[in-house]
Amino acid sequence: MEYLIFIAIGVLFSVGTYLLLCRSLLKVIGGFMVISHAVHMLILTMAGLNTGSAPLVDLSGSDSTDPLPHAVILTAIVIGFGLTSFLIVLAYRTYKAHKTDDLEKLRGADNE
Amino acid sequence: MSNIIVLPILIPVLAGSLLILLVKKHRIQRFMSGLSAIATLVASLFLAVYIYTNDGIAALELGTWPAPFGIVMVADLLSVTVVVVTSLVGVCCLFFAFRTMHRERERYYFHPLFFFLITGVNGAALTGDLFNLFVFFEVMLLSSYALIVIGGTKFQLRESFKYTIINIFASMLFLAGIAYLYGITGTLNMAHIAERLDGLDEAGALPVVAIVFFIVFAMKGALFPLYFWLPRAYYGAPIAITALFGGLLTKVGVYAIIRTYTLIFTQDVAFTHHFLILLIAGFTMLLGVLGAVSSFDLKKILAYHIISQLGYIVIGIGLFTPLAMAGTIFYYFHHIFVKTSLLLFSGVVERITGTTDLKKTGGILKTHPSLAWLFLIPALSIAGIPPLSGFFGKFALVLESLQEASYLIAFVAMFVGLLTLFSMLKIFINAFWGEQKHTNKQAQTPIMDVLAPVLPLVFLTIIIGVGAQWSFGFSMEIAEQLLDPSIYIDSVLKE
Repeated sequence: MEYLIFIAIGVLFSVGTYLLLCRSLLKVIGGFMVISHAVHMLILTMAGLNTGSAPLVDLSGSDSTDPLPHAVILTAIVIGFGLTSFLIVLAYRTYKAHKTDDLEKLRGADNE
Repeated sequence: MSNIIVLPILIPVLAGSLLILLVKKHRIQRFMSGLSAIATLVASLFLAVYIYTNDGIAALELGTWPAPFGIVMVADLLSVTVVVVTSLVGVCCLFFAFRTMHRERERYYFHPLFFFLITGVNGAALTGDLFNLFVFFEVMLLSSYALIVIGGTKFQLRESFKYTIINIFASMLFLAGIAYLYGITGTLNMAHIAERLDGLDEAGALPVVAIVFFIVFAMKGALFPLYFWLPRAYYGAPIAITALFGGLLTKVGVYAIIRTYTLIFTQDVAFTHHFLILLIAGFTMLLGVLGAVSSFDLKKILAYHIISQLGYIVIGIGLFTPLAMAGTIFYYFHHIFVKTSLLLFSGVVERITGTTDLKKTGGILKTHPSLAWLFLIPALSIAGIPPLSGFFGKFALVLESLQEASYLIAFVAMFVGLLTLFSMLKIFINAFWGEQKHTNKQAQTPIMDVLAPVLPLVFLTIIIGVGAQWSFGFSMEIAEQLLDPSIYIDSVLKE
């Protein structure tokens, strides 16, 4: 199971990297979103995919899954959500100001 | 009593939230903003004195969860000093912004974002948990994304998109690094990680993880070869914001390098420190200063100098001896004071002449002598002229690299010092000497009110230079504490 997920992470990372290198603003944002999913899956997998019970405190001490990665991923998802919405607004404003979403044309003049 | 560790984080975050509500009320907002900035400074000074008089380190377990399970806040000598300096630079930049910031920009949540930025920087310095460090980095960076684009000019929009994307990508790598480290050690508490990795014979995958973290912090701290976003991103924003970023943001990346590379990644010092960091330090210094020499714009020269000075700071971590670390710490604080004051002075030049292009400025010495002579102090300090503070930092670093037989890095450091002096003189000759190029009306611009907030920083670069006996001794204390990770580990895990 771990190997399958690692392959999926690898695919997501490469797709994300490809999108990050695209010239369109929106595709770059899409790339960031894909990479963030890959990273969240990486955290889950690196912590070990246990098959224990839900980590509820009944003080029995029997094998439950590690709750920490879930808390970490949840926080990371929330941060990623904030970043994505900010990026989309920024891209929209950039598009409106420059009348283009092509990063090649957003290089800027040489003599600034 | 160790509850006061949260004060430097709590005050700005509460102030920021309150200021969102007051955003329409201009005067009250400014008053509250100034008051909270000063309150943060007082709280951090109080914390620093408390830590210094009580063993030099204290840990706070949030929610009284015992150490490896709950989140801890750790205040040691380095982090409290970072917090004090951050709050001080914050106060100076804020009061400078009062006089220079465009009213329209201030209305778009400048003050709340400013305080969230301070929250992030202070939090990153005080946290003892790796994931929490990531969260505070994000708090700081999110507010920086918004601050750097505030005003929304075409230039700003274009450059801040690149700045945002590169930093977000670095954050994702940061998370991946945390995932790897969690997979290896099974904990996120930095002291606990260090304890579990201590005495490990086989480094295994750790050098790889160390490099992942180094790439992340190098991207945020603008080290070679990942500094390309800095000069243009910093160029567009209003000068009070640029000065705040130049003084604080990149330094947080370097702080994280210092923290992780003294506490966690000490398994393979010969490779990670002596080879990798020293190599990066040399290139960062050299290419940064070459960028400065080739530019002919005041703000851009100073932005490139941020990069080259970061190289100096990193040398000491690469050499990894007590004296070199002390040099790094000393240079770190010297650089914050000097760089912030230089950038703020460039803002004053822009206020007088309306431009930062050195071809269109000149003769300010005649019309505004106070600005010119005040500018000269940090300019000489950054170039390393005794008895100002830059000299002692450079002296310690070069001395130690000679003693450690790293002759090449010593040579590069001295050569870069020469080029730094050259580009500072270029600024001085073109902006302050020569024909007066601004109009007589511009020559009447009053500047005393904008010079006043910068004075504490200029004063400090003189003080820590002239009083080097004391200030370098303090850096030595910090360095010795850093190089003995057991102090940090014992204080967090209470063993």
